[in-house]
Amino acid sequence: MNGMAQISRDEVAHLADLARIDLDDAELDHLAPQLNVILEAVASISGVAGDDVPPTSHPIPLTNVFREDVVVPGLSAEQALSGAPEAEAQRFRVPRILGEEQ
Amino acid sequence: MSEIITKTAAELADALAAGETTSVELTQVHLDRIAAVDGSAESGVHAFLHVDAEGALAQAAESDARRAAGETRHLLDGVPIAVKDVLATQGLPTTCGSKILEGWVPPYDATVVRKIKAAGLPILGKTNMDEFAMGSSTEHSAYGPTRNPWDRTRIPGGSGGGSAAAVASFEAPLALGTDTGGSIRQPGAVTGTVGVKPTYGGVSRYGLVALANSLDQVGPVTRTVLDSALLHELIGGHDPLDSTSVDAPVGAYVQAAQQGATGDLAGLKVGVIKELAGDPSTGSGGPGWQQGVLSRFAETVDLLKELGAEVTEISCPTFVHAMATYYLILPAECSSNLAKFDAMRYGLRVVPEGDPSAEAVMKATRDAGFGDEVKRRIMIGTYALSSGYYDAYYGQAQKVRTLISRDFAAAFEQVDVLVSPTSPTTAFPLGEKLDDPLAMYLQDLATIPANLAGVPGISVPAGLADEDGLPVGFQVLAPALADDRLYRVGAAVETALTARWGGPILGLDKLDLQEEGAR
Amino acid sequence: MSDVLVDFDDVVAAYDPALGLEIHVELNTNTKMFCGCPATFGGEPNTQVCPTCLGLPGAMPVVNGKAVESAIRIGLALNCEIAEWCRFARKNYFYPDMPKNFQTSQYDEPIAFEGWLDVEVEGETFRIDIERAHMEEDTGKSSHVGGSDGRIHGADYSLVDYNRAGIPLIEIVTKPILGAGAKAPLVAKAYVSAIRDLIVALGVSDARMDQGSIRADVNLSLAPKGSDALGTRSETKNVNSLRSVERAVRYEMSRHAGILDAGGSVLQETRHFHENDGSTSSGREKSDAEDYRYFPEPDLVPVAPSREWVEELRATLPENPATKRARLQEEYAFSDLEMRDVWASGALPLIEATVAAGAAPQSARKWWVADLLRRANDAGVELAEVGVTPQQVAEVQALVDAKTINDKLARQVFDGLIAGEGSAAEVIEKRGLALVSDDGPLLAAIDEALAAQPDIADKIRGGNHAAAGAVIGAVMKATRGQADAARVRELILEKLS
Repeated sequence: MNGMAQISRDEVAHLADLARIDLDDAELDHLAPQLNVILEAVASISGVAGDDVPPTSHPIPLTNVFREDVVVPGLSAEQALSGAPEAEAQRFRVPRILGEEQ
Repeated sequence: MSEIITKTAAELADALAAGETTSVELTQVHLDRIAAVDGSAESGVHAFLHVDAEGALAQAAESDARRAAGETRHLLDGVPIAVKDVLATQGLPTTCGSKILEGWVPPYDATVVRKIKAAGLPILGKTNMDEFAMGSSTEHSAYGPTRNPWDRTRIPGGSGGGSAAAVASFEAPLALGTDTGGSIRQPGAVTGTVGVKPTYGGVSRYGLVALANSLDQVGPVTRTVLDSALLHELIGGHDPLDSTSVDAPVGAYVQAAQQGATGDLAGLKVGVIKELAGDPSTGSGGPGWQQGVLSRFAETVDLLKELGAEVTEISCPTFVHAMATYYLILPAECSSNLAKFDAMRYGLRVVPEGDPSAEAVMKATRDAGFGDEVKRRIMIGTYALSSGYYDAYYGQAQKVRTLISRDFAAAFEQVDVLVSPTSPTTAFPLGEKLDDPLAMYLQDLATIPANLAGVPGISVPAGLADEDGLPVGFQVLAPALADDRLYRVGAAVETALTARWGGPILGLDKLDLQEEGAR
Repeated sequence: MSDVLVDFDDVVAAYDPALGLEIHVELNTNTKMFCGCPATFGGEPNTQVCPTCLGLPGAMPVVNGKAVESAIRIGLALNCEIAEWCRFARKNYFYPDMPKNFQTSQYDEPIAFEGWLDVEVEGETFRIDIERAHMEEDTGKSSHVGGSDGRIHGADYSLVDYNRAGIPLIEIVTKPILGAGAKAPLVAKAYVSAIRDLIVALGVSDARMDQGSIRADVNLSLAPKGSDALGTRSETKNVNSLRSVERAVRYEMSRHAGILDAGGSVLQETRHFHENDGSTSSGREKSDAEDYRYFPEPDLVPVAPSREWVEELRATLPENPATKRARLQEEYAFSDLEMRDVWASGALPLIEATVAAGAAPQSARKWWVADLLRRANDAGVELAEVGVTPQQVAEVQALVDAKTINDKLARQVFDGLIAGEGSAAEVIEKRGLALVSDDGPLLAAIDEALAAQPDIADKIRGGNHAAAGAVIGAVMKATRGQADAARVRELILEKLS
């Protein structure tokens, strides 16, 4: 895994794209080596736990936490839109959307 | 002023009950103190990002009116508090120390905020923090660092450096913090204050802007163990709005603190975590362990023996992997949590030249709105979750997490509590580790295991390191839902050390503060 | 459209189609999947939102127990296994109508899996294997401003309403459906129709395809006949009527064949369906680079339905709609044609209730599918909301059977019932609709009619009994329809024999 833990500048650019962060060249140059240092450090857990070890996603295991299907008051439209960078017709106004819905 | 501000929250509550002061008076005194010493990021403590003098005084006046009418809601009704800026406060700005949330005013309260408001505690303001709670020095705040009131050239710890510094500099008797990998306990250690990370699920996370959902907890930041117990009892308990909230009664923390303060730990079994205790005889506890920290720790362990505790060494071999585990789980969760900051519904919107698409606006905003550390962790998390790497990184980390929990479980079969130094060093100089993420991460190596396993922990002052005269923290960890043990042991240590040091370790005279305008 | 389309017969001569259907069912719970906001349609924009479904920093989800119950019932009705333990996951991607920029969904641990549903097409039964049914949340809704006719492409900007964000969805995914051959379009349609009927019977959704409460995505690929491998598939999104499902499959089969015949390769992409001409057009390319970075939702805890709960829910399941339809058709002795009309009009449950209240099946069918359906259509309401209950239909029919009224008067009774004039008996009383049961007034009316038309009396005497019709008509008119036509006929014939 240590070998795998090297990410190229192109991969960093791809990750930035996935994470929707517009990194410029200088930032890529700055971040890529730092990410590799971190990844190398965290790669040390490779092989620490065998296949027989179950994963822990919650430290305190609970199951079946449900809510009654009862309406509770939410926000007014005014409150909902209070932080909006732009609003129009009681809706959030956003720049033109390029991609398709998933 | 100094007479009031140096009182503990419990003492202030008594003074209010006795009619010796009013909430308005003591709220004003603390606001005056903030105005005098908080200053700016350039030289002041800069514990606060936002001070709400008007709101706090209005709440204080209401509290006084209630008290006059005999309708006091809680023991702490009228005692002011500071709130970490990662908790949603209706009508008060909530930035999480990030430019991307500059100016955002939540339309709702976090559950813990609702509870302190309902109990009548005036909110002085919102405290500084590393951006989205990522850091151990508060230097990653987009609004400039908080400075350690013991030495303003040094860090106050992080991410909750603001809450710890506010309490340490007597700007607030109480504060709320959050702890994902040590963000309450490590600042407590390096500022000479008390900080508690409750059992995961013990305090509601609703309204806490998540860093890593499976690790985060809200907890008290105070100057005494008893004050933490009082605040913990107030904010704790089941919350139907938080699915991970444990449906169990709040423990008798105040009672446990009072019992501990009697100094009797007879029969208590204490385990010193071998992997986190260094070697005090040589001072070579591994790289990064400071001799003064290890000495104070060893003395405190001896003190526990004097109080009747049975001390043994316990090995938790997987703890050495806690750091790596943490720095995979946390970035993964936070990379997803922070996706919501996209300039569409709230917060910053940066619009590039031309006729940009929504996607271009998202990218430009996230580039401009997030700091380097946030970007680093988002990128690591994105990587760790991406297809082809999930099993090797995130999946493996979740398994190691199981092993760490097993180490705790095995340890707690032998002992009642585990102890270690809270942080490997005292407060380091501002800027020292800013460009060395790994060195910064190492600050939390002793605090992280508790978050991974969900167990509670406390940091109490253990004295001052010989070499730099700066505070050292002593960490106590207990099994899940046995938070009361933290208060018993913490109060015992506090009482005994106060006697040994001839007074509280933290005092006005020890601080490096300048009144505003004096410089 | 530049698609090269191959004649359907030629497509199925050369290729085997593989179908796959993903159906999203919007549940009719009171509240959303993870918060207490109303899940109803039609609210003013951004009025059915809270910190959670708006994705505000710090807000947290809590699972709607009723939605889990509905998901389990759907799973059971689809003959699925119900997971003993499953989780929600985050599907991470950025899109402005998704408040958190991840969708909380189930990924590799669906609540229901490994089921099946039989559908019948032209007398042949196809078993559709169900891969999974899982819970997820809907997104908000964007409207696009500027550009051409409000579509996303070329728009100047968009406006987002988050009322729909967080409404519970159940996604039902089939395994590849192979071997349908030329019947693939009909199998797809029959499957979606069967799912809709099932959802209606379960009562877990409004099940209105026209309003988007059931949405189908149609996956299709072609492989050369006899080949074991599956071809590259296209995914036609949001096909919103049964007819469209059939047309979309047909179009995609012809389009794929056109590409493959020319030696090309089908692009793995999403497609949009166009109602106007039944075509599809290119949407978003699905590449391997797409990476949703799924991981378990850390703000939610696992769902672990106890076996007791699952069995309790199993006991609440209605009879499978297809089984029930066949059973009732046999019981009621309806012809295939009659049953088709009954089914299409949604009258079956009403007829069933009317029969239960004592009416003969054919009588019940006649009233609901003929008279009352027309009234419902005229009023623009569902048949069940026409204003007459099955109990009332049975009562009216009983009065017809007792010769208190006839069919014509019965229609007037329905008028009165719909107008809210009280019970059937009260309507008859108030409107004076009862048949004349005494022969005296009838004989008088007959004499009057015969006197007015002497030549008719001769014809009848001469053996032309059909001529009695004109006299009956005159008598009915004279008695304002309140005569029993059969009795009048008897009296005329007695008199003139």
